[in-house]
Amino acid sequence: MTEHGEFDHVSGRSTTGHEWDGIKELNTPLPRWWVITFYACIVWAIGYWIVYPAWPMLWSHTTGVLGYSSRADVAVELANLEKIRGDKMVTLGAAPLAEIEKDPGLLALARARGKTVFGDNCAPCHGSGGAGAKGYPNLNDDDWLWGGSLDQILQTIQFGARSGHAKTHESAMLAFGKEGVLKKDQIVTVANYVRSLSGLPTSPGYDATAGAKIFADNCTSCHGDNAKGNQELGAPNLTDKIWLYGSDEATLVETITNGRAGVMPAWVGRLDPPTIKALTVYVHSLGGGK
Amino acid sequence: MTQSQTAKSMTLGEAGLAMILAATAFLCLFAAAMALDTAFAFHASLACAASLASVIAIVNRYYERPAALPPQEINGRPNYNLGPIKFSAVMAVFWGIAGFTVGLLIASQLAWPALNFDLPWTSFGRLRPLHTSAVIFAFGGNVLIATSFYVVQKTCRARLAGDLAPWFVVIGYNFFILVAGTGYLLGVTQSKEYAEPEWYADLWLTIVWVTYLLVFLVTLIKRKEPHIFVANWFYLAFIVTIAVLHLGNNPALPVSFLGSKSYIAWGGVQDAMFQWWYGHNAVGFFLTAGFLAIMYYFIPKRAERPIYSYRLSIIHFWALIFLYIWAGPHHLHYTALPDWAQTLGMTFSIMLWMPSWGGMINGLMTLSGAWDKLRTDPVLRMLVVSVAFYGMSTFEGPMMSIKVVNSLSHYTDWTIGHVHSGALGWVGFVSFGALYCMVPWLWNRKGLYSLKLVNWHFWIATIGIVLYISAMWVSGILQGLMWRAYTSLGFLEYSFIETVEAMHPFYIIRAAGGALFLIGALIMAYNLWMTVRVGEVEEPSSAALQPAE
Repeated sequence: MTEHGEFDHVSGRSTTGHEWDGIKELNTPLPRWWVITFYACIVWAIGYWIVYPAWPMLWSHTTGVLGYSSRADVAVELANLEKIRGDKMVTLGAAPLAEIEKDPGLLALARARGKTVFGDNCAPCHGSGGAGAKGYPNLNDDDWLWGGSLDQILQTIQFGARSGHAKTHESAMLAFGKEGVLKKDQIVTVANYVRSLSGLPTSPGYDATAGAKIFADNCTSCHGDNAKGNQELGAPNLTDKIWLYGSDEATLVETITNGRAGVMPAWVGRLDPPTIKALTVYVHSLGGGK
Repeated sequence: MTQSQTAKSMTLGEAGLAMILAATAFLCLFAAAMALDTAFAFHASLACAASLASVIAIVNRYYERPAALPPQEINGRPNYNLGPIKFSAVMAVFWGIAGFTVGLLIASQLAWPALNFDLPWTSFGRLRPLHTSAVIFAFGGNVLIATSFYVVQKTCRARLAGDLAPWFVVIGYNFFILVAGTGYLLGVTQSKEYAEPEWYADLWLTIVWVTYLLVFLVTLIKRKEPHIFVANWFYLAFIVTIAVLHLGNNPALPVSFLGSKSYIAWGGVQDAMFQWWYGHNAVGFFLTAGFLAIMYYFIPKRAERPIYSYRLSIIHFWALIFLYIWAGPHHLHYTALPDWAQTLGMTFSIMLWMPSWGGMINGLMTLSGAWDKLRTDPVLRMLVVSVAFYGMSTFEGPMMSIKVVNSLSHYTDWTIGHVHSGALGWVGFVSFGALYCMVPWLWNRKGLYSLKLVNWHFWIATIGIVLYISAMWVSGILQGLMWRAYTSLGFLEYSFIETVEAMHPFYIIRAAGGALFLIGALIMAYNLWMTVRVGEVEEPSSAALQPAE
């Protein structure tokens, strides 16, 4: 071919003699560094095949001289992790909740474990800092729907609220409007009464006596005569400034008309008992624990 | 060529295709009426309308054309067929801008989720395949079809094979894109990455693709040159392998022939292996081999220099073709895929490094003796920078396939950054360079409307790419390190949501980079449009282009 090629003055090489649409090609040999590196990669690959599982055979595959398997590798890593965690989690699982809070070592462990577990399991609803959102309670304050003692928090985390678990918190806010218990104007009136309980302004023309009567007839059985709520039933305190769904008239009318029955899943069975304990201590320590 | 004196009559191809399309229109009408879901009814109606329009177009074309078909040569010069290439080039620019825009939208959704608008059609899950398919298959595919039809004619000194066939390929391919894209928005997907279109779109693509292969092959066979040009080896490898990959990854059984849902024949880890054999080689043969073909024609052409090394082109071509097809399992490190398959995927990826770089060496070294042109020709600069990005990505890829590196990089934004350094830097820039070269040639213009605008495009897009990939490197490595961080007590240091929060600033930078890239493409669209509209016309010649001597 070279005899048909022409000499290229820039590169000092001749062309191959081929030409397509004005494009020619030089007869340059392969760059030496390229060939060496290519061979080095091949040699490395062959070495790797000798050391690690590599080639399929008829019924099995080559296992490599190291006898490596990624499954065994994972087992080793998990065992190492267990070693780091030691029997501390076992101690934590055995200790009563109140003890954990008193022992600085156990408390630090529970909070570390709780923080991780909270972030991956609870944060999607309660927020990464536990600040909550509409319909999802704030866990930093001292206002608790189902109680803020260690045992009550443990109970709620284990079985959830309206989760379908046999031991879950069952009771729910009734749908007074949808069920036909209260008429629309009665609902507006009692909504205004509820606003007045925490010092919020009421709309003009609202009948306070009628509101008090409707409230006494329908709401006090759960929220209490003084409207301070009942943690046995998860009925919120209506006299404070903390509102799960909102305190404006429209939201209250919606709440009273359709009821509320937010769901929290049961975590028992999904998280192991020591982890749930750690989570309980963590939530309790967020600021509002009783 | 002598003019045929016989009476004008329809060719077998015209009559046959018109009849098949008429029958298809009838079948699709029936399918639309009987469809089990609205998406299928919509697509059947679309196919019905497209078939009818095609029948009308074929008949119209027949009445308007002279009795004889276009001659193969005029005055001893090849009579190149440029119409389908022009169509594909225009579609490439259109889909490119559409794809970049959707990319910018989903990048912004990741930074500001409210941009989902809470609508199913604009949710991330539907727009993400729309973005990837629009840029890879619609933009990239049209660039590949347009340039392959151009290069194969010019380097074979032969008119494109077939009369209607090239038109069938370009229109049929874009119809596939339309069905695939509207399907994603309507929620039609088989949930296989880069192979989302459902069974009927896959069947249609098979027909189009086989026609594409035939047009390309027959043109090669008709060639007036003794040897086959290197770009055509790469184009042929791309077309053949994509056909094999498409068939291997998509054997699906429809739930009903009147509905859009189907189930794939492969199950479990076999399905995963097929998927990534397909997915990785779509990168290898669509985005690498195909675009290397573009590089092998347009860089020497633009630089007016011979290709650096013929021998290197042969060796790296065969090495690339042989080694690439093994590398897919590196997408499945540390999964249920057996260890031996993971080993092979990783080692073949490492061995692939030098064969990939062979293309880079040939691209860059072809510039020796013409480096000065980079100062004056922004189009050549774009082509050369694309090769530099190619070299970077094909180093980064084998590195990320190493298991220990992969254990950090897998599932993180690093992968996204890696893909985009290849996609924006290599595929994007080499395509832009080819379009800048080809549009004046196709429309018979002396040159581009404005080289200054090309320069602006180059710099804005380059800054965009740098912002994009550096943001994703930092974000990806940060993400990987946060995921694996343990406290001294042996618990994970960060919850998942904390790692998501940490990504936020980088997502904003990434979206800004994408916006710059899109602005660059808009400048290109304007420049190309003005080139076609007002660019100076070259002195008239009967055959549109000068054939090779």
